[in-house]
Amino acid sequence: MAELAEVDDEQFAALKSAAEEGVQFDGLYAHYGREDYDRDPDAYAFGSPAGEHTKLDAEAFREAAESAPRYVSNWYYWERVVEGHGTPRRAFLRWLEGAPSDMRDESGLGVEDRYERLAAGTSREWGQLLVRTTVGDRGHRRYEVRHVDDEGAPLDDLDVHESPLDAREVAKYDPKGRYRPLKTAPSLQRGWAFTDLDGRDLYECVDAFYPATVANWYREREGALDVTHWEETAERQTGIYDVIDELDAEAVERIAATCCVDSQCLKRRQWDHDEDDEIDVPRGDGLFPCREPCSLVVAAARKWTTLEREESHSYEFELTPSEKEQLEELVDAVADNRVDEIREADVYEGANRYRTRYLREKLFDEDGNLAGVATERE
Amino acid sequence: MQALVIVAHGSHLNPDSSTPTYEHADTVRAVGAFDEVKTGFWKEEPSLREVLRTVESDDVYVVPFFVSEGYFTEEVIPRELRLDGWDVADWDSDGTSADHAVYTAADTGQRVHYCGPVGTHDSMTDVIVRRAESITGDPNVGDGFGLAVVGHGTERNENSAKAIEYHAERVRERGRFDEVQALYMDEEPEVDDVADYFESEDVVVVPLFVADGYHTQEDIPEDMGLTDDYRKGYDVPAEVDGHRIWYAGAVGTEPLMADVILERARDAGADVGDAVEVVRERTRKTEAAASGSSAAGD
Repeated sequence: MAELAEVDDEQFAALKSAAEEGVQFDGLYAHYGREDYDRDPDAYAFGSPAGEHTKLDAEAFREAAESAPRYVSNWYYWERVVEGHGTPRRAFLRWLEGAPSDMRDESGLGVEDRYERLAAGTSREWGQLLVRTTVGDRGHRRYEVRHVDDEGAPLDDLDVHESPLDAREVAKYDPKGRYRPLKTAPSLQRGWAFTDLDGRDLYECVDAFYPATVANWYREREGALDVTHWEETAERQTGIYDVIDELDAEAVERIAATCCVDSQCLKRRQWDHDEDDEIDVPRGDGLFPCREPCSLVVAAARKWTTLEREESHSYEFELTPSEKEQLEELVDAVADNRVDEIREADVYEGANRYRTRYLREKLFDEDGNLAGVATERE
Repeated sequence: MQALVIVAHGSHLNPDSSTPTYEHADTVRAVGAFDEVKTGFWKEEPSLREVLRTVESDDVYVVPFFVSEGYFTEEVIPRELRLDGWDVADWDSDGTSADHAVYTAADTGQRVHYCGPVGTHDSMTDVIVRRAESITGDPNVGDGFGLAVVGHGTERNENSAKAIEYHAERVRERGRFDEVQALYMDEEPEVDDVADYFESEDVVVVPLFVADGYHTQEDIPEDMGLTDDYRKGYDVPAEVDGHRIWYAGAVGTEPLMADVILERARDAGADVGDAVEVVRERTRKTEAAASGSSAAGD
């Protein structure tokens, strides 16, 4: 399928017409007319890394094109199908198959190399997505998206979708059926695939799974990512979120460590306290950047703002060493989302349900107070 | 190229909050009037801060999927979209008459045609009536029926009550229903006393909310006495104090809402061809099919 034996008539006609303006793209050169002083004013020229042909009449131009059909279909795909120069969509599709991002980029793969890879299918990860690109009829790329952990799964075992917007439903619930309010949380369910997508649908699909990630990745590549730091975001808030600018630097740092690390979100945090004051928490290894505290962070920050207003009190409890450790294990189990992994009869785990019920029986009074000590509130 | 961006509240907790927004976006997308159709949310993603950069078009028509003109449409959305020079006076609205205004988005440079919310557009009146038709399954419903339009009330936002009263008055003027009444959740006349405000035996109750959620699915059905526990559901119609109450749920879920979104954009100068007429027709068919399949009325 990737071995395109001959040049498609429609693509050739488009190239012939474009040659009048001159074509220079991904190693392909096609030209007609007088602008070039050293060429015959009424002839075509066709060049690719395989060789250059000049002084061609229309028939010879076609023959020359037939000598490098991949260059013709590649040109047609990018310049007549994808188009969108200077858009994140185009840059992303180019990146997926390892193509140079523009004419100055020398790190990308050439057309022949790409077609060889595309023939077998070439894959890249985007968060928990695995995007596989192949080349179909007439050089048109086709794209498939699935969960990275379903890499080798036969399509028969997966729920196959054709509409890219179905991704909204797939992305809505985690493997346990719970709502995912944060699209870039590393909790995508498995067992589905989007197949036979064209470039636009692929972009739509990825944008439905991870909204705006491609746009922000593109901006970052272009050196134009507009990062909004914590202070500016906090000060901008009104209404019930107006209060979050009260939080001090340590609290903001705790928030970043709580919400914005790789175990919680696949974006790479690029915002700090402000431009000159970094937050000392790992930013994450994600491909796509986080350019501003998100709405979940803002909403949670509001709760932490009110909690941080409280003064601390001294309480006196009596705990055995194991009881103290069990409380610590409980907090860890919830914070690390391990509760469901703890087996029902595994009473060696502090966060085991029976262990926890026993602890409650022993330490809580009938009002739910730890060690019978009432909570003090002013 | 022109894009339509529908902006809505969304939710961190309720997975269904975004559903009507997505569905209406899909209806508009299918009619092909825009090169791109996208949704953006205050609480979901893409966020209002980043939705504009997900479309390639230079001209972006932004339609807020909100009921009333107020805090969100006048302050939060323009701020988050970074509309350079936004001034609510540009809408020249009395609280229910916002149209549109054009700004440049500071981060993307796109020309943003910022429209008034769906809830205060005149065609919203048609959606309320259509909602009454679909919940009763009668395309000519009106004769012998009362209709209540239900809203929050002024506690949160003065314009919220204005929008309710505005559409109630417009339905009243058409003379189609025997009686029309605006009712509120937190002020008089209260939705709890719905039976007291109507003489008609049959009353259609249409909450002017964009999505179903706590208020429309739990509060209002219990307050009106349709059920003593929302989890048990309620009948449509349900008997309350000698009246048959046809409770319609959030008007925002009505497929014809897509038409209001389109009209908002068209009013702002978007070239939508005959899409308005097509959507009006298509959503009617959808609704006929849908009401046929859910005749059980749960």
